[in-house]
Amino acid sequence: MKPPVFDYHDPATVEEALDLLAVHGDDGKVLAGGQSLVPLLNFRLAHPEHLIDVNNIGELSGIKRDGGRLRIGALTRQSMLERSALVADNWPLLTEALSFVAHAQIRNRGTVGGSVAHADPAAELPVAFLASDADFIVKSKRGERRISAVDFFVTHLTTTMEPDELMVAIDVPAPPEGAGYAFTEFARRHGDFALGGAAVLLAAEGRTCTSAAVGLLAAAPTPLRAAGAEEALVGSELSQDGAEAAAKRAVEQIDPTGDIHGSSEYRKGLIEVMVRRAIEKAAGRLDGDGLGFSRNGGGGR
Amino acid sequence: MSAPAASPPFIGRGLRRREDLRLLRGDGRFIDDLSRPRQLHAAFVRSPHAHAAVESVDGARAAARRGVVAVLTAEDIRGEIGPAPMIWNPIGTEVLVPDSRPLMGDRVACVGAPVAAVLAEDPYTAEDGADAVEVQYGPLPAVIDPLEAMDEGAPLVHPELGTNVCFQTSMGGGDLDDGFGRADVIVERTVTNHRVAGVPIEPRGVLAEPHGDRVALWTSTQTPHLVRTYAVRQLGWDEGMLRVIVPDVGGGFGVKGNLYGEETLLAWCAHRLRRPVKWIESRQENLISTNHGRAQTDVVKIGATQAGRLTALHVKVIADMGAYHLLFTPSIPVTTGVIASGCYAIPALRTDMVGVFTNTFSTDAIRGAGRPEGAHLIELMVDQVAAELGRDPIEIRRLNFIPKKDFPARLPHGPVYDSGDYEASLAKLLEHVDLAAFRREQATLREAGTNRGIGFATYMEACGLAPSKLSGPRSSGIEVSFWESAVVRVGPDGAVTLQTGACPAGQGHETAFAQLVADRVGTEPSRVKVVWGDTDATPNGMGTIGSRSITVGGEAAAVAADRVVAKARRIVAELLEASSEDIELREGRFSVRGSPDKSMTLTDVAHAAHVTDRLPEGFEPGLEASCFFDPPGFVHPFGAHAAIVDVDVDTGRIDIVRYLAIDDCGTVVNPTLVDGQVHGGIVHGIGQALFERVEFGPQGQPLTTSLLDYTLPTAAELPDLELDRTVTPSPHNSLGAKGAGESGTIAATPALTNAVIDALRPMGVDFINMPLSPEAVLTALRLASTGRSPRA
Repeated sequence: MKPPVFDYHDPATVEEALDLLAVHGDDGKVLAGGQSLVPLLNFRLAHPEHLIDVNNIGELSGIKRDGGRLRIGALTRQSMLERSALVADNWPLLTEALSFVAHAQIRNRGTVGGSVAHADPAAELPVAFLASDADFIVKSKRGERRISAVDFFVTHLTTTMEPDELMVAIDVPAPPEGAGYAFTEFARRHGDFALGGAAVLLAAEGRTCTSAAVGLLAAAPTPLRAAGAEEALVGSELSQDGAEAAAKRAVEQIDPTGDIHGSSEYRKGLIEVMVRRAIEKAAGRLDGDGLGFSRNGGGGR
Repeated sequence: MSAPAASPPFIGRGLRRREDLRLLRGDGRFIDDLSRPRQLHAAFVRSPHAHAAVESVDGARAAARRGVVAVLTAEDIRGEIGPAPMIWNPIGTEVLVPDSRPLMGDRVACVGAPVAAVLAEDPYTAEDGADAVEVQYGPLPAVIDPLEAMDEGAPLVHPELGTNVCFQTSMGGGDLDDGFGRADVIVERTVTNHRVAGVPIEPRGVLAEPHGDRVALWTSTQTPHLVRTYAVRQLGWDEGMLRVIVPDVGGGFGVKGNLYGEETLLAWCAHRLRRPVKWIESRQENLISTNHGRAQTDVVKIGATQAGRLTALHVKVIADMGAYHLLFTPSIPVTTGVIASGCYAIPALRTDMVGVFTNTFSTDAIRGAGRPEGAHLIELMVDQVAAELGRDPIEIRRLNFIPKKDFPARLPHGPVYDSGDYEASLAKLLEHVDLAAFRREQATLREAGTNRGIGFATYMEACGLAPSKLSGPRSSGIEVSFWESAVVRVGPDGAVTLQTGACPAGQGHETAFAQLVADRVGTEPSRVKVVWGDTDATPNGMGTIGSRSITVGGEAAAVAADRVVAKARRIVAELLEASSEDIELREGRFSVRGSPDKSMTLTDVAHAAHVTDRLPEGFEPGLEASCFFDPPGFVHPFGAHAAIVDVDVDTGRIDIVRYLAIDDCGTVVNPTLVDGQVHGGIVHGIGQALFERVEFGPQGQPLTTSLLDYTLPTAAELPDLELDRTVTPSPHNSLGAKGAGESGTIAATPALTNAVIDALRPMGVDFINMPLSPEAVLTALRLASTGRSPRA
């Protein structure tokens, strides 16, 4: 339970960090909140030769509205996002997702960008951003790139970021006017990585669904958009049967990885339940009335 | 909550823990808080294979690293450190004992078995060194499942033993054939009690330092004197060469009530290298190579008449030993047999026990140690019988309780239960939960789609491990006698010191022992200093295991205190010119019966005992006494627990809506401490029932090696616990105390399992085995929906 030997770097600016990444990116790791990286080091599952600690780069931290969009500095602590009134009022899906993220102590250290860059498919923020059509802003000496969430995640713990790139911000568009949202999750214990979950954003005119985003948690090696479920929802009437049908479509193509906490088959069924409950809950939260339908246990847990 | 009428005022009061001031201020001193000058740090190289020949161990690359001082292998300790002791040698039963050393040489039979130790100047370098040790293994076939291990042709865990069966033994009484012959229904189930880990928040740790020709060994243990006795035996040293010291301990739960190879090896290293050596277990090591427990499969058959009377019980216990023995490993399942008939007067019973080696880490005691398994199986079976007969499980329990008038109660297989009032405890539980109202609520909720269930467990247990006639070599086969001893000394200023062999792991002994000694000698608890956890500074003790501290160690302290008072009365009699029989101690004053104006306090007496010119010629100065207490029998706490749960049939999630516990541990010395023990015990049981399981892959790879995967429950998963108690004193000690440390763990798993079955019965689930993971719940529902029962 002691990390292997590494060289430690402590840049004060993004420019310095990018200089270091240009040199050490291939055999280095960026240390942000350390909530995933430090355990990997202590278990000696990761052996980076260089740690580039970005915690002192003030410009990487902060939450602001930019036009209609939300810009979150990559180093922003998860707890800061969780407590942001701006986010709760306008991007409530993110706030709800954060209620499932680990424990208070971990959210106090863990960063928003770190969670995205770590790319664990069972982590909440990547799925919430994916369902929100967010973009991730990454930088290197070679320049800045904007990568949309759908193009960002490659497989388990792997993204399209290059070794010399640093995540600097997350850019989230405003949800559709009057949208309903829900984040549902099931874990053995509160704060554990999800066995399954869903992030849903719905918009409707009357009872008819006009747009739908359905993100799946722990369903695949990456966070996943359930295109089938979205197709089933858009243009149809929101109803309990519709939610059930969409949830079925959501899990048609998935084959989650099983482990001691739940087999693949169990997880598939669980994700279906989580999607159904999330759609029901999101529909119940649409502006206007008459669409609220819910059943017992509408919550994820 | 009333104590016996004769008790003075401090017993029975929820005094705050005196330990907490230092612990909450960060002034506690746990093993990792200790450092000695020039200390080295040890790291172990452990087998990654469940079974392998150790073909070579090359420490050269590790030894060459800067800061590495020594790389030790089995070769280095050959002839120096003997085999790990195991202390159960029952008459008439052969128990196979595989050879186990602190560093294994030729062959390793489980993952986690140590093959090398690296000693270095700092813990980082020690781990780097351990990574650099090159070990060649030749993998051998392994067997992980104890049932498979008993199959003909299964891989042998220890080829030299020729079998995987470690021992077989039986206990029983009454006419089993007659009992089953008279039964109208016979119910058979296979009840599994899966493998769990103890997981103290503070892992194990050892610091050994040479002191001249002696070694001081600080270790995080529940049993310092046992560590001393058996470490020196393994080392071939005189007992005087080893001093074992226990700093603050952050939880034991049974897994620190043992002797581990790391303790023996570090003592040897310190002696050999003439430098202090420290080792702190990692959480990963704690989950892999600190003893596991339970790991039982119980094949149970129970008979009952149509009228609901239980007639016979037969249990076959298959107990997984793991690969090697620790001190008590094979003896654990025996306590399952002792209490298998629970609170019930069953005229005939028999328990057949078989211990089986597997290529997994050792099992041994974990909180309850054999008794949770016994209570679990009988409490599940009583519910199963009730269902078979279409009767209320409460009614079946009441029909079969050993009645209050029968205590002390001799059971058909021999044990004598000291005292009990099982009906009273169940009645009190039913005051707190209105069963008829619950059933109405349950029906209403069901209509609305919520599946709620209630489950009961009326348990008893045997604890206060001590009676030397019942637990010694010629009876149980344990080769030591488990008495406790204490010294009470009153200094010249009246300050009292208790030296006890009992050794807390966080329970609050300093508080409780001070209360009972203060009462006996007529002083305030704040004037009683409690000394524990140092074999140089305390009399012998057998440690804090088996819920025995107050009933055995506390009674030793109380009797020693009584002996001090007897001497004090003689002193007072001399000084007040009265007969010592006429001296009474009341509210802290010694006075002559009938003349309350003539009195002395303990401080006055203490002064006179040390400044002795007023005492007659030949009167021995000083005011102290000792006691070795060996009780006449075990004590038997009991109680009634109920769990109310909601089961989400879409996800398998179980929510505990209410948990109620009525416990009877006899006289309560400190109700706050007892409630704490019961809380912790119940949470431990909830953990096993719903969350925790030590898992291995098919090749014996441990899969639960961090708290991410070994899912201990957290506060977020727990309900408020509703506690109450009855008080049925034990006749076996003057305090009337029983034990409280394990009762919650023993009662909780059957209450929860019965509750889940009650919730799911309308869906056809009539039985389910732990662990009640979400997937296990859905699997049971799926089986039931196809008309099959999850009962094995």
